[in-house]
Amino acid sequence: MTDQAYNFAYLDEQTKRMIRRAILKGLAIPGYQVPFASREMPMPYGWGTGGVQVSAAVLTPEDTFKVIDQGADDTTNAVSIRSFFERTAGVRTTTATCEASVIQTRHRIPEEPLTENQILVYQVPIPEPLRFLEPRESETRKMHSLEEYGLMHVKLYEDIARHGHIATSYAYPVKVEGRYVMDPSPIPKFDNPKLGDMHAVQLFGAGREQRIYALPPYTQVVSLDFEDHPFEASKADHSCGLCGATDSYLDEVITDDQGGRMFVCSDTDYCEGRRAAGFVGDMSADNPAAAMMAAQPTLEIQT
Amino acid sequence: MSTDLRPLLSVKDISKRYGSHIGCAGVSFDLYPGEVMGIVGESGSGKSTLLNCLVGHLTPDTGEVVFDTRVDGPKDTTTMSESERRMLGRTDWAFVHQHARDGLRMGVSAGGNVGERLMAVGERHYGDIRDKATDWLERVEIDAARVDDRPTTFSGGMQQRLQIARNLVTGPRLVFMDEPTGGLDVSVQARLLDLLRGLVRDMGLSAIIVTHDLAVVRLLADRLMVMKSGRVVEAGLTDQVLDDPQHAYSQLLVSSVLQV
Amino acid sequence: MIELKDVSKTFTLHNQGSAVIEVINDVSFHVAPGECVALTGASGAGKSTLMRMIYGNYLTQSGSIRIGDVDIVKAEPRTVIAMRREVLGYVSQFLRVVPRVPTLDVVADPLRALGVSAEEARARAQELLTRLNIPERLWTLSPTTFSGGEQQRVNIARGFVHAYPAMLLDEPTASLDATNREVVLSLIEEAKAGGAAIIGIFHDEAARERVCDREIDVSVFTPGLSSCSGSIGYQKETAA
Repeated sequence: MTDQAYNFAYLDEQTKRMIRRAILKGLAIPGYQVPFASREMPMPYGWGTGGVQVSAAVLTPEDTFKVIDQGADDTTNAVSIRSFFERTAGVRTTTATCEASVIQTRHRIPEEPLTENQILVYQVPIPEPLRFLEPRESETRKMHSLEEYGLMHVKLYEDIARHGHIATSYAYPVKVEGRYVMDPSPIPKFDNPKLGDMHAVQLFGAGREQRIYALPPYTQVVSLDFEDHPFEASKADHSCGLCGATDSYLDEVITDDQGGRMFVCSDTDYCEGRRAAGFVGDMSADNPAAAMMAAQPTLEIQT
Repeated sequence: MSTDLRPLLSVKDISKRYGSHIGCAGVSFDLYPGEVMGIVGESGSGKSTLLNCLVGHLTPDTGEVVFDTRVDGPKDTTTMSESERRMLGRTDWAFVHQHARDGLRMGVSAGGNVGERLMAVGERHYGDIRDKATDWLERVEIDAARVDDRPTTFSGGMQQRLQIARNLVTGPRLVFMDEPTGGLDVSVQARLLDLLRGLVRDMGLSAIIVTHDLAVVRLLADRLMVMKSGRVVEAGLTDQVLDDPQHAYSQLLVSSVLQV
Repeated sequence: MIELKDVSKTFTLHNQGSAVIEVINDVSFHVAPGECVALTGASGAGKSTLMRMIYGNYLTQSGSIRIGDVDIVKAEPRTVIAMRREVLGYVSQFLRVVPRVPTLDVVADPLRALGVSAEEARARAQELLTRLNIPERLWTLSPTTFSGGEQQRVNIARGFVHAYPAMLLDEPTASLDATNREVVLSLIEEAKAGGAAIIGIFHDEAARERVCDREIDVSVFTPGLSSCSGSIGYQKETAA
């Protein structure tokens, strides 16, 4: 199946070595943004070029690879990156979280806890958490080096002033091991608590911005907040319509043009696993009540 | 009489050249707690270069800027680490820019602007930060109801007052001001001067004010330094230098002011 | 309390061919606590100049001017400032204030500078303004809009709000009506009784007779140049 014209995992060995050095440096200084010479990849920026380069640098022929896009294995981005590495590296791929040794993700952390044998690779659009308020890169680097992070709280302050609560719901800034403030990529803040003390290695790649940063296993990661407005890992106040899970991050799906909607697990593998184990949500086709409602499309759907 | 023994800021022989051009040369002075000193001179006289050397925006070629720090006592700020100097910059020092836009975050609410320095020194209670910000808005005569408005919706005078509130919220001991009333209407200037005078007195601030406006220094400054071609040509009590100038250039400067 | 020794002053006009003009030559005298001394001499004799030298507003070329134990001629700016705040009061003929500041605060200002609480300072200011017949409705307005006589009285109130041990009075009764003139004279008498050493310029002879213990004719020390008037300074009549 492998495209023999390419080196293993597309990138040449020199490039992979360069990226691995950046990764090792990132692991040595958790949360610190390491510059690297990002390569042109056969996909546009914004489609995960950073994550793909990091994945290419850590993949070995024995690995099993999984790609998540917003929690799903079956969306365009996930499918194309998965097939990219099937062709250029010939590695085994999977959609099952527990079977994968390297997982590239966009905007989610799997619901199922990861293990020490796994690597989670994040696609990062904007690695600089301070950019929102301080556009000068020279200044933000200085702020990181001198640990001047007052500005990060200004952003949260503005949130509360405007909305009455911290309205930042994704890419919620964290402090790593009491030192670097880090953008966890646009994962929902629901996922923030999973960043800390994770058993797996977490690597972050930003292709366009040419930055790599990392969290080694069991790193302390704290979400920033105020004493009187503590961090909350929020999610929609529903259960999954398909598998009934109450502990997973949910996507809202519009079902018709009558205001009908349902909430389903964003992590498709987690949801499928639960349904296979016999859990049933109140809107699943297997649920008699829901099936009845589906047969009467004019009926207002109750949630 | 009550005069402090130790200067708050002791400037020794500051010189800065730009190639063969002299920015400023051989400037020395002591500033004592509670003193306000004006630096006047025409454009290009070196007053801005001097100010930038004092606050660390420029590194002087020679000389020392010794500040009496709270913890370690007198320390040369030109040789201290950048993190230490920047720490000073958001605690004991304040810098009021001529253009409020340079000293404010225009995309952040008035409250956020004032609160930034508090958050920078580790305050983490939203309610407290907001209360202090509101209090400071009132002290600089900005309606507390505007705490969530962005400075882009403020008039020039309000922006300048907001900048002052943002700078003074952490209770600095030394304020540097670069043409603080420049570009403002005369009526707005008067209000700002009155405000500054009151704050300087009530907080016991020391200040260094760079300006070319002699009326501003007469009302705000205890002492005056007149600069020309990078050098201090005359220094002394503000009213004495203005009413009985000794150096030819000071005489010219004073006599050039239009009388109203 | 105030002691002048061999005091001389020249103006050098760098922008007018470096002309050097001697205005005061070898003045020596002293004023004891509780004493009031009048400076006399024709207009332009250098009375105001001498007074400004004592206040530190004009630089003195030689000699010494001691107020208490401080020599104004050699003192550092901060010493002069502290002395003006605590020891040496000055009532000039002209009121110079920040526009917009209410009269009450203008008068209370010297006490606030001494660290007196706002309430106490205001109370004392109200007392003086009442005595000097400034109507209460004007207290919240800036004196910049007042008539000449009202400004003069605000200026006097400001000058007497703190009991300075040494005082300089430049024409304190000029342009005042009989009632207010009487108030000012009694303020001076009270200050004397309180031990203040006072130097004054009075064109009002009756006033001079009443409050002054001695007269010093300044023209004696003026090197024959009647054209050297007090207006030779660079900003005419702008004492602080």
